[in-house]
Amino acid sequence: MDLTIKVWRQNNPHDQGRFETYQLSAASQDMTFLEMLDALNEQLIHEDKDPIAFEHDCREGICGSCAMMINGRPHGPEQEVTSCQLNMKAFKENDVIVVEPWRAQSFPVIKDLVVDRSAFEKIMEAGGFVDVDVSAVPDANTYPVGKDIAEESFDAAECIGCGACVAACKNSSAMLFVAAKVSQYALLPQGKKEGLTRAWNMVSKMDELGFGSCTNTGSCEAECPKGISLAHIARLNREFLKAGFHNLAAEKR
Amino acid sequence: MTALNSKIPEGPLSEKWKNHKNSLKLVSPANKKKMDIIMVGTGVAGAAAAASLGQMGYNVKVFCYQDSPRRAHSVAAQGGINAAKNYRNDNDSDYRLFYDMIKGGDFRAREANVYRAAEVSNNIIDQLTAQGVPFAREYGGTLATRSFGGVQVSRTFYASGQTGQQVLLGSYSALKRQISKGTVTMYERRQMLELVVKDGKARGIVCRNLVTGEMERYSAHAVVLATGGYGTIYFLSTLAVNSSGAAAYAAYKKGAFFANPSFIQIHPSCIPQLNEYQSKLTLMSESLRNDGRVWVPKSKDDNRKPTDIPEEERDYYLERRYPAFGNLVPRDIGARAAKERCDAGYGVGETGYAVYLDFKDAIKEQGKKTIHSKYGSLFDLYKKITGEDPYKQPMKIYPAGHYTMGGLWVDYNLMTTIPGLYAIGEANFSDHGANRLGASSLMQGSGDGYFILPYTIGDYLSGEIKNPKPSTDAKEFEEAEKEAIERINRLMNINGNTTALDFHKKLGKIMWNYGGMERNEEGLKKGLEMVTELEEQFYKDLKLTGTTDSMNQPLERALRVAASFEISRLMLRDALNRNESCGAHFRTEHQTEDGEALRNDDKYMYVSAWEYKGDNQEPELHIEELKYDHVKVQQRSYK
Repeated sequence: MDLTIKVWRQNNPHDQGRFETYQLSAASQDMTFLEMLDALNEQLIHEDKDPIAFEHDCREGICGSCAMMINGRPHGPEQEVTSCQLNMKAFKENDVIVVEPWRAQSFPVIKDLVVDRSAFEKIMEAGGFVDVDVSAVPDANTYPVGKDIAEESFDAAECIGCGACVAACKNSSAMLFVAAKVSQYALLPQGKKEGLTRAWNMVSKMDELGFGSCTNTGSCEAECPKGISLAHIARLNREFLKAGFHNLAAEKR
Repeated sequence: MTALNSKIPEGPLSEKWKNHKNSLKLVSPANKKKMDIIMVGTGVAGAAAAASLGQMGYNVKVFCYQDSPRRAHSVAAQGGINAAKNYRNDNDSDYRLFYDMIKGGDFRAREANVYRAAEVSNNIIDQLTAQGVPFAREYGGTLATRSFGGVQVSRTFYASGQTGQQVLLGSYSALKRQISKGTVTMYERRQMLELVVKDGKARGIVCRNLVTGEMERYSAHAVVLATGGYGTIYFLSTLAVNSSGAAAYAAYKKGAFFANPSFIQIHPSCIPQLNEYQSKLTLMSESLRNDGRVWVPKSKDDNRKPTDIPEEERDYYLERRYPAFGNLVPRDIGARAAKERCDAGYGVGETGYAVYLDFKDAIKEQGKKTIHSKYGSLFDLYKKITGEDPYKQPMKIYPAGHYTMGGLWVDYNLMTTIPGLYAIGEANFSDHGANRLGASSLMQGSGDGYFILPYTIGDYLSGEIKNPKPSTDAKEFEEAEKEAIERINRLMNINGNTTALDFHKKLGKIMWNYGGMERNEEGLKKGLEMVTELEEQFYKDLKLTGTTDSMNQPLERALRVAASFEISRLMLRDALNRNESCGAHFRTEHQTEDGEALRNDDKYMYVSAWEYKGDNQEPELHIEELKYDHVKVQQRSYK
């Protein structure tokens, strides 16, 4: 199939960047979106041009590396897929496809479609773990967890940390990302003991790193490749409020 | 050919690790603070080890090529993680887990290591649960388990079809916790290019900063490789596309022996190649074979829809050939059985190289809801890729390259033949013999990382307290960096016409055809010639663009492909040397009347470990004899 691909090209973080337009005839509906980009890159290399830098690794939707706006939507037009899982059957002959990096102040562009998502790492370091040492643990069956609770926790834990929620949000908020982690732990007895600090610390770190606030538009949930529910943000808010009252009370004391 | 000393402790099997731990030297907390450890790779093994070592008080520097340690390919493991908890009261035990792995590995794994892996398995489940890994639960709230291939008990713990993701995120969270405490420093987006050996000991690494292109040198008291396997020599495999054995190969070139390179697992159930553009194959977890039944039509060229083929015209060939284990035979056997049916003309799908995995009966017996809660994420994944709904029609599957049992040779302490260099997880060779049983890679990686390496490395480091880590200005670092730069410049200056991706695809075809599921002398020799020819062409005709002083992804790939040529040759040479069939290594010259692998225990009951002798020299073979004192060595049977 013949396609016109408009891609954001930017050599480095300081480069102003621009859209470049390429014609590609080597595409096929049998390809995935990233295989289409592979084909375009092969063409560019043969034309002695610098290929488009983009992140990818597992190519089965689980590592969270691939990250791009495709026709203005994170991971493209299909529901609950990552860019690497997006099939070219979603496009037609002679389509114009616009490809951009995540657009968020907290994710500066490194090159072309590659952005720096280390802000997520810093949020995780602020509280994205259960405070337990290796080895100092009881038998796994010591604390029973209801089947439905375990499944709800798992649904939150499915987050792949790709950043689509931030890219989709008009405020560039990382609330769904933070909520997924907080909710996973808040639901389990193992994670409850840090309940009063985790939400507070992670949200504070998120604010400090320049992510916006949540205004409940739900675009994050709509674009999340793992379908992580907005309900987890509600749980995060409860956890955050609890921590807030606790901190207030501590100040008063 | 010299014999290798695996340093297996004396004493009864079940006491070896206990006694050995007591004999290992310790490093005091005050001294740990002064010691640096480099960890390359952040999969389950690397992240777990880094977190454990950081917690113990060492200074740990961790490296990965991705933008985050959470993206390592352990994330893609699906089905589960084994432990001999005996939670189902089905008479499971450490010994049974050990025995299943030894038998599954077709008597080519090291007894003492395998027993230890089984022994620490229970602690792993406790650890992961405490970290908040949301394992599947029974209605009563206890942990759920399921069965896996080659096993007659239910010992596999799981989190839907994403167990690897959850287990990795568990160790990632432990790693993040140590980073926040300042014991671990993380270096993302680095590609390790050279191991630095000084005074005969591993003392550091040279890596390329993938953002700036700069060469960076890091020194330490010990180096650990947790860099995974080399299955991408087939190009199409279930591995991440950037996975390769390049880091392990760099260590091999500095003197670390490479063991059993021909032992590569071909996983029986992957989504078949759909077209020529495909960049990777996707696994469909073995756990599906708990409830899915594998079949092909009884008559050749049956073009009816699978749902239209009546029961009596289906050949459930695994149940027919292996009544005792049925659909749950080990992976190597399942893979070859699928190939046998397809080669004989009974395969399905457009290419005729696929078989059905059918859930019709399971859905009828257990209901769609139950099947959904067990395998929902896998069914969704299948549907996304193929557009077909496994709730309504059977999946089509075919074998693909998956896991490398071979890897760097290590002794009982997980140390390679270079003092101070350790290899853990898939990067080493020790626990899976000639075939790995399902759900034992997360187990081995976690065991190595949380509970084995942190103890054994202290024994070595206790002798290094007086030796400060070398300056990165030392001449060994200088030379290693120079070698790395020369390698890069050589590639950049070829100015040919063929891209690294093209070369990789060509290499993959050769390796799949001549070093894949079935091998024979003639083919292996031909493969060796073809790989050498292709490699020569690579150094004449590679085309790269861009510069070395910024992000250059084709260059990263070219460096990996360059290593893949050499690993491929080593793999073919090992397969040629091992003139027997065992586990995943199937030489067509050696099979039983029923087409099963026929071992030659008199000649090949050993680990082959290859020593690098120079670029244009044949590597030298060393052997480690394998002894089985606690199991009866026999012809594997799953009938």
